[in-house]
Amino acid sequence: MLELIDTYWLYFLVGQYPEGPLGGLALTIVLSGAALLLAMPLGLVLGVARVSPWRALNVPVAVLVHVVRAVPLLLVLFWTYFFLPAVTGVKTSQAATMLIVLVLFDSIYLAEIVAAGIRALPKGQFESARSLGLGYGAALRHVVLPQTLRHGLPSIVNQLVSTIKATSLGYIIGLSEVSFIATQINTLVFTRAVEVYLVLALTYFILCFGLSRLAFLLERRLQRRPAAQAAGIMKASVR
Amino acid sequence: MQFFDPAILHAGQYHDWLVQGLVLSIQLTVISFVFALPLGALVAVMRTSTSTPLRAAGAAFVEAIRNVPLLAHLLFWYFAFPELLPDAARELLYANNPEVVCAVIALTLYAGVHMAEDIRSGIRAVPRTQLEAARSLGLGRIAAVRLVLLPQALRASVPPLLSQTVNLWKDTSVATVIGAAELMYQAARVETASFRSLEAFTFATLAYLTVSLMISAAAHLYQRRYPVRTA
Repeated sequence: MLELIDTYWLYFLVGQYPEGPLGGLALTIVLSGAALLLAMPLGLVLGVARVSPWRALNVPVAVLVHVVRAVPLLLVLFWTYFFLPAVTGVKTSQAATMLIVLVLFDSIYLAEIVAAGIRALPKGQFESARSLGLGYGAALRHVVLPQTLRHGLPSIVNQLVSTIKATSLGYIIGLSEVSFIATQINTLVFTRAVEVYLVLALTYFILCFGLSRLAFLLERRLQRRPAAQAAGIMKASVR
Repeated sequence: MQFFDPAILHAGQYHDWLVQGLVLSIQLTVISFVFALPLGALVAVMRTSTSTPLRAAGAAFVEAIRNVPLLAHLLFWYFAFPELLPDAARELLYANNPEVVCAVIALTLYAGVHMAEDIRSGIRAVPRTQLEAARSLGLGRIAAVRLVLLPQALRASVPPLLSQTVNLWKDTSVATVIGAAELMYQAARVETASFRSLEAFTFATLAYLTVSLMISAAAHLYQRRYPVRTA
């Protein structure tokens, strides 16, 4: 196994870079991180809209959330991959396609995290902010959201774990992320499938388990703080 | 070529492919569920037991499986696992639809550990005194868990277990990667054979949506009909 790692470690980490496009583990990490960051503003807006008192706003968002959560990511990936170029007339690369789909899914899941956080916050926080003369937007921005986001931090880290796992689906449209590269290596060396896929699994495990532990520690730290006791502990369903 | 031709979804070869795919997706979900639920219950009981080695083994199992993407599980079970088998067992596997068997193994493990976590929170929701009372009434350790603890824990876990089943249903699509001919695979096959991607993907989308929303609705109804009683 050691000589296997010795021969292919660079290919596994960055793909064909710098001769070709970035790939491998680096692409997996860059794509997941970028997707989560890009999804944050959208997720925040959708989350606030989801718990807003205006039906014209919260109903469409609720429908969108239910639809996106009811279909497999792979299906949306196929739709995007086959139809986006036809609609826009521009050939979209696999990486861009994956990024678009991940941003869509992440913003929906982040919206649920934000909405759950706002619902978990005691009503008194928002009401006292309003009665002190803050407008709806200002009360959200200065009072509700800062608390929500702090308590939502563990869920956001868990969402990063889900995103990393989801990038593996790029394999199916030929995105050269780490699972794809592992299969390429498997084809090259041919007879060492067990070792190649164990290394792949171990790589994901280290990355995702590390982040899950970080989320767990963050959650425990937040629970210990007295301010956090006011809010219920939110647990958005993370997969 | 018509922009959207619903006729191919009513009859003909493409219709047959898509329906076969849908049937296999449902079969994968049902079979994996049947194996995953007892596995999840077993692991959940391990994780809540009083014995430290059992708890550690349960935790290691859960973390090892859920921190690796399903796609990597599928690749491992399909490409690597057969190499570990003795020759006779490998022949047997290859003769019996290896794509489906490997997909079921991977889906069972992946869904099983997620279900274990749901059942575990269900178990923790049952007050400790329930188990103590059962034990003091003369039930053995296993009988107390089986007859008193698990029925209550499962009732509290039904809604999260159903939402886990939605995930399992959606996850069957990933089995495309090892060539299991489920719905996503067949939709892509129609697209390759006929360029009728719009029709094929519309069919797949409606099928996934319908089943997912039906399961979610069932979870909602259950929660209404049987709200969790606090013992």
